Amino acid sequence: MPNKVLLSLRNVQVTFDVGRKKKFVAVEDVNFDIYEGETFALVGESGSGKTTIGRAIVRINETSKGEIYYDGKLINGRLNKAADSEVVRNIQMIFQDPAASLNERATVDYIVSEGLINFKLYKNQEDRRDKVRKALANVGLLEEHMTRYPHEFSGGQRQRIGIARALIMEPKLIVADEPISALDVSIRAQVLNLLKELQNSNKLTYLFIAHDLSVVRFISDRIAVIHLGRIVELCETEELFKNPLHPYTKSLLSAIPMPDPIYEKTKVPLFYDGSQHDYSVDKPSFVEISKEHYVWGNAKEIEQYKKQITE
Amino acid sequence: MEKNVILSARDIVVNFKVRSRVLTAIRNVSLDLIEGETLAIVGESGSGKTVLTKTFTAMLEENGNVSQGKIFFEGRDLLTIKSNREWESIRGAKIATVFQDPMTSLNPIRTIGSQITEVIIKHQKKTKAEAKLMAIDLMDKVGIPHASTRFDEYPFQYSGGMRQRIVIAIALACHPKILICDEPTTALDVTIQAQIIQLIRQLQKEFGFTTVYITHDLGVVAAVADKVAVMYAGQIVEYGTVEDIYFNSKHPYTWALLSSLPQLGVKGELLFSIPGTPPSLYNKIKGDAFAPRNPYAMKIDFEEEPPFFQVSETHFAKTWLLDPRAPKTEMPEFIQNLHEKIEKKVSFEGKLNAK
Repeated sequence: MPNKVLLSLRNVQVTFDVGRKKKFVAVEDVNFDIYEGETFALVGESGSGKTTIGRAIVRINETSKGEIYYDGKLINGRLNKAADSEVVRNIQMIFQDPAASLNERATVDYIVSEGLINFKLYKNQEDRRDKVRKALANVGLLEEHMTRYPHEFSGGQRQRIGIARALIMEPKLIVADEPISALDVSIRAQVLNLLKELQNSNKLTYLFIAHDLSVVRFISDRIAVIHLGRIVELCETEELFKNPLHPYTKSLLSAIPMPDPIYEKTKVPLFYDGSQHDYSVDKPSFVEISKEHYVWGNAKEIEQYKKQITE
Repeated sequence: MEKNVILSARDIVVNFKVRSRVLTAIRNVSLDLIEGETLAIVGESGSGKTVLTKTFTAMLEENGNVSQGKIFFEGRDLLTIKSNREWESIRGAKIATVFQDPMTSLNPIRTIGSQITEVIIKHQKKTKAEAKLMAIDLMDKVGIPHASTRFDEYPFQYSGGMRQRIVIAIALACHPKILICDEPTTALDVTIQAQIIQLIRQLQKEFGFTTVYITHDLGVVAAVADKVAVMYAGQIVEYGTVEDIYFNSKHPYTWALLSSLPQLGVKGELLFSIPGTPPSLYNKIKGDAFAPRNPYAMKIDFEEEPPFFQVSETHFAKTWLLDPRAPKTEMPEFIQNLHEKIEKKVSFEGKLNAK
């Protein structure tokens, strides 16, 4: 297990304005560290704030509280231009919908090299084209694809273009926001494999955002489960599948569709209802319940969780 | 129990004219729907699963046509129906469809209530007041809390899962005999997906309709299906009970689909992925369409289209591997004993109900 912390979030809050005075708190009190070389997954349903966190890290969403550190340096809030471009170069994002996230009027050559152009990261045109060629080869696309437009590609190929565009910046950390949700099953396997291979060859660290625990189990080292803007459970992947504690985590686990009719036809999906927690007096906090296994709960709940884990 | 065939499609061929070229989306498909059962149709995008079911309600795009075949339903061939008016007595009334995206299938500027009552008034000749009562009752049945107050709300005031419940309510408003669910949960969260699947199962018990469930997710199929048809390049390549398909599949394409599921993935190893892409349907396909991507392909696969071989009374597969002359080939070890493998994966099950 690598120990160097690459990215660190401390008490991060992101709010959005609703009308003139009201504020909507999208995520609150987010704390986690991502170690160099690992795949850290953020799992939750739509509206849970998982994408907001990813976007806050790449500086698309502003934070209203808390700090984000990359490699020990503060990267949220106001930064000077040099520091800002340093972040953009080192942390790249892959988006969910490969059709919507690519400029449909630009050629693949331009789409992939846009980052290089913005930051003047090439010596001359030949050097730039060379880098594009290499990035495309990295994701299994060909040189002849450079002059084509996004609509000429299949969904899986488009997602590869999105990955090439991120890779060309030689980032250390990639925020992958549901990179396979919009893809067909057979293409999913290809893209997941590609991400894994690239991680090994380029020494990448991933923040993998998803709503489906089955995919996450396969690809990630640690998982944070997020519900309504708050991380409710965080631990190593297999620990989460062995000892799920928070009722929301359990409902996510029970919802995984499994390719087994015997299991599927007898299982009873669990539904999570936030009103089951009584936090009126006994206030909750984020507690390390066993080594590296954190869960959100009040004193009474933590007591129960401890019992469950030893059973 | 006597099994009645409620709809029977025979030798269906569907062509699309795209500019000056002809694309054959469905290549000679026959299929029976058994009354009260759920048939799941699985396949990659472009395999023809949606196009096939659209022929049941004459909803093909304008450039498409059924150039061959018959669809028997209630004693007649649906493909002989020419007028749209006649189709309206079938489409929506007897065969209803739930589409993938609940946002685009609801009208954003009309209230939820008016969109349900419209169907009831049109097909069942009820008054507005009667229709409203029926609509609220339906909303109740599909699990909308406070149905009578939410009757006058608009789609944007509903969450994605709730919208899909409304689409289901509209589809059921006329008590259809057949409900076609076209990827009804693909756009939804996994937890909501589990709820919608349960809802459809429970409504099926109550209303007794026959379901066609289209999906590309073999996890979902296991939860909903009695029978499964696996489609590839405009054809059904394997058909059987859900147990046949998961525990004893015979077609290499079905093997490939099962093997590529991340649910079965082993950490640190690559997932199985199907090499190559499906063939272009603009060209005439020679031999077995899956042959170029099939590691088990034999010489004959590239030359001659395989027939359907019968594996058991319920199970058919269209692959030369089942020919007595073919070398005996077992399904890959990776997907053998699927139930035992999944049991190990769901070892968390016992913990779920711990308090």
